[in-house]
Amino acid sequence: MSNVYHIVVCAGIVPDPLQTLEPITTPTGPALKNEMMLPAVLDPWSGHALYEATNLAAHFPGSKVWLVSAAPKAKLQQVMMNVAQKASFELIPIDVPANGFADAHSVAKILGEAIQTIAGLDRSRLLLFGGWESASRGAGVTMQLVGERLGIRDQFQGVDQLTVQNDGSLEILERIEGGRHLVSTCQGPPALLGWATGNLPEPKNNPQVGMANMRAIMPALQKAKPASLFQNVRYVSVTPPKQQRQTRVVKDRSVDEIAAELAEWIVQS
Amino acid sequence: MATASPVQPETLRTLPTDAARQVQWGFADRFDLQMLVQATRAVARGPVARLVANGGRNSHEWTDGKASLLEAFDEAGITAVFMNPEEGGLFAGPKNLALALVAFELSWVDGGAATASLAGCLALAPIHERGTPEQQSHYMKLAAPAQPGEDRKPLRGAFCLTEPIPYVGVDTGMLNGKVRIVEWKDGEEPLLQVEKRGRFITNIGFANFVTAAVDSDDERIKGSCMVILEEGDPGVFDRGTPTRKMVHQLSSTGDPIFNLRVPATRIIGGYEIKDGVLIPRFNHSEIIEAVFRRTRVTVGVMTAAKLLSAVEPVIRYQRGRFRGAETASPGSVRYELGLQARQDSLHRLADVWATGEASASLGFAAARAFDELDPLEKEMETLYVGRGIVGAKAKMKLLREAADRAGALLQLPTGDARRGALKSELLLRFVALDSLADVLCPAAKLWNTGCGAQMMREAVSLMGGYGITEDCPGFLGNKWMDAQLEATYEGPEAVQRRQLSVTMTNPVFVAQFRSWIREMRSIASEHPGTGACALATAMTMWLWTLDHLQHSKDADGGKLYQSARQGVTFPLADALCWLLAARCQILDVLRLEREGAADSSIAEGLSGLVNFLSDLCHVQSARASGEVARICAELVFGYNRHPAWDEQGTRGCWHEDELDSLEGIMPGINSYGFDIIGRDGSHPKKAGPCVTCPGESPFLSLQTKLAGCLTGSRLAKDRAAEAISKIMIPEALDYPV
Repeated sequence: MSNVYHIVVCAGIVPDPLQTLEPITTPTGPALKNEMMLPAVLDPWSGHALYEATNLAAHFPGSKVWLVSAAPKAKLQQVMMNVAQKASFELIPIDVPANGFADAHSVAKILGEAIQTIAGLDRSRLLLFGGWESASRGAGVTMQLVGERLGIRDQFQGVDQLTVQNDGSLEILERIEGGRHLVSTCQGPPALLGWATGNLPEPKNNPQVGMANMRAIMPALQKAKPASLFQNVRYVSVTPPKQQRQTRVVKDRSVDEIAAELAEWIVQS
Repeated sequence: MATASPVQPETLRTLPTDAARQVQWGFADRFDLQMLVQATRAVARGPVARLVANGGRNSHEWTDGKASLLEAFDEAGITAVFMNPEEGGLFAGPKNLALALVAFELSWVDGGAATASLAGCLALAPIHERGTPEQQSHYMKLAAPAQPGEDRKPLRGAFCLTEPIPYVGVDTGMLNGKVRIVEWKDGEEPLLQVEKRGRFITNIGFANFVTAAVDSDDERIKGSCMVILEEGDPGVFDRGTPTRKMVHQLSSTGDPIFNLRVPATRIIGGYEIKDGVLIPRFNHSEIIEAVFRRTRVTVGVMTAAKLLSAVEPVIRYQRGRFRGAETASPGSVRYELGLQARQDSLHRLADVWATGEASASLGFAAARAFDELDPLEKEMETLYVGRGIVGAKAKMKLLREAADRAGALLQLPTGDARRGALKSELLLRFVALDSLADVLCPAAKLWNTGCGAQMMREAVSLMGGYGITEDCPGFLGNKWMDAQLEATYEGPEAVQRRQLSVTMTNPVFVAQFRSWIREMRSIASEHPGTGACALATAMTMWLWTLDHLQHSKDADGGKLYQSARQGVTFPLADALCWLLAARCQILDVLRLEREGAADSSIAEGLSGLVNFLSDLCHVQSARASGEVARICAELVFGYNRHPAWDEQGTRGCWHEDELDSLEGIMPGINSYGFDIIGRDGSHPKKAGPCVTCPGESPFLSLQTKLAGCLTGSRLAKDRAAEAISKIMIPEALDYPV
């Protein structure tokens, strides 16, 4: 029973990255145009954390995975129709009108409170997972703040690999510059890991896993408690990443010539 | 003085979301189906799309790439949709809507992939519908993907009905496949020799078993039946050569040859022995009727998916058409809107979109109807047993009596308490729903695929030359061709029209149809923007025409509405399909409006979406009404002989002398007369005197009324077009090209 983990994954939802994301100003602050009407996905960074969590739990019998998500309930339900087929977990939904511009402190507060109320959670076995970034805006501090609130001192960010050693200690690889990793070892849980991409592919959909999950997820969603967010952050301006497009119509040039010019342009940019 | 500008109604902002579609198509409360959609979509827009983009369609052979899709179907739960949980399936209950959704998602990318998936269900369907409990348990379990702890590959099946007739093609009504008894020892199971050649048989490249229709070639076997043939049976199991088809290349099709020895237990549904003769419990017609009744719906849904899948690529192409050109600078109309600055591009896309919406609504309505019907059929079997009713004749008698009662009740006013029996009494519910399913299935197959194929051509044309290249986003060129196959396989258009020409005259259906006219008027009073009123008038016209044709004769005294007169019955069936599709479309939009507000994920922007979809309903209703008016007018008037300038034809014409003599009494009458015969016998230069139609005057009144009912339909199209020019679409298609 020594290597049994209680893994809590914090995951938000974001608009499908293929969608047109256009920032707008609303009376309550910045938002994305038509965000509620765009299809949403699980934040890809958090998604990696979830897949790593379920993989870890599968290797250590008795372990359990919770997915804590603060998002508009109805949107979260749509996302679950897909995510629930990829991994086994118990959903702890929090119904909040969160978007990419929510105050990280506020989100961390409600996540922390929700985690503290999870029945049967053994804090001594707790591994708190999440994305080290978010695909929505990328404040990059939410997980640290949740960890602080829960009193978790061992925190790792940009994690690509977690290996449980024979003595139960955790070897963790964190991304650093130049495509290299910082190797750390910690004694064991509780620990917080903000995942980068990890090493696992996105699991294929398995409807039988989904059907099993949904029996608990649907009631949980129905009972999801509404929460409100405070907003201490004031955005001066919001712009999406710039797209650079330089198009010329070129005729009578060989493929090699075009390729050479493109390569030169990329090097200069 | 400043004048207030009118408030513009909210309109569409993004493409309809999954949540909206779930409400619209009636599965918002089915998370199992919602998950199935996501799982199927991941396969369609992943492995299937990659295979198509990599040229997987450019081969008639069954390749490793195509075979890999079967494994993807297994993993995603697509193969198991057809089975019940105890057989390795995902969920219990009827599967029609589930299969329709699978077909929709796969066809969104490639129809052949959908066919490959659905053909396995088609092979199992005879066993599922009419097989013995032992056959059902055995084959359904083995065809399900391996369960945890199992190490086996699922059985794959093929359905073999059609067969070659030399120099002609295929015929599903005549069976050349033969079965005879080769060994029958006392007290043992007879052994059968089955000879069968198949034509255009889907899945044959990899099937492990085949459900084949055969006729008796032995006086000891009565009639026809369907038998199960297995790959390992003694004899010949020749898969034949792959068909060189130009469509649906991701499915396997070939012309197999079988000559196999099988035990009589392989007869689907079993048999009994009477006076030394083996009598199959079901002949092949009874089985395929039960099978095709359901599977044809999914084909209709496939073409609907193609149309709706074309919307996003066409919008993106139209908007980006001029970008990169020197004359289109960012910010200019030419740059931002591209071809969408032109009304024609938008109007034609609105037509494609409206047709897609209508066909999806019709297809899913049919699927839902069969989901409702399936349990009723089982309850009916229990009822027959409970009442001791045995044999087809006794059952028909009971159903006929119930149909008479249902027809009478349906004619009562909506609020009449006696109508409650239509919902509470099993027999009445069954005959009412059965009559509806009998119409909806062929209608969905016929109209969705036929009209869909034509509209896919329109969608392709909206992409310009790009549309007929392999590089066309959304594979629209492929989809256009594929739609043509969908109009043909599983019963070509003539078969569907033939079925409709019978089922649409069922008094129970007609009574329901009559109540729909009232329903449409009622809807129109609260939702005038849907075009429901025009549709109600067109429905009235169709009903009047049906009645007229059933009681009228042509100029030579020939009965008009009769089985052999397909020039009458088939167009009228076509006209009905237009009406059914437009009605289903309206009902789906109303469901969205009614139930969507409760879903916070679609509440924002719901009114805009509903307004836009209502405009598309109006566009489609107007188009449907126009088609119905054209078809009905031809049928009502076209079988009368046009009057000629002969004695009989000119009997009602004025003669110049008569008018001159009357001029003194009624000054000016000369100017009112037409078709005047001159003193020298001359007459106006035209085919004959104009037709007077005393018997058809109600039709003319309806025609005039219908023309007026189209008021506003073009304004709706303008609004829809403008919305399309403003809608926000994703940056890129979510599957490769």
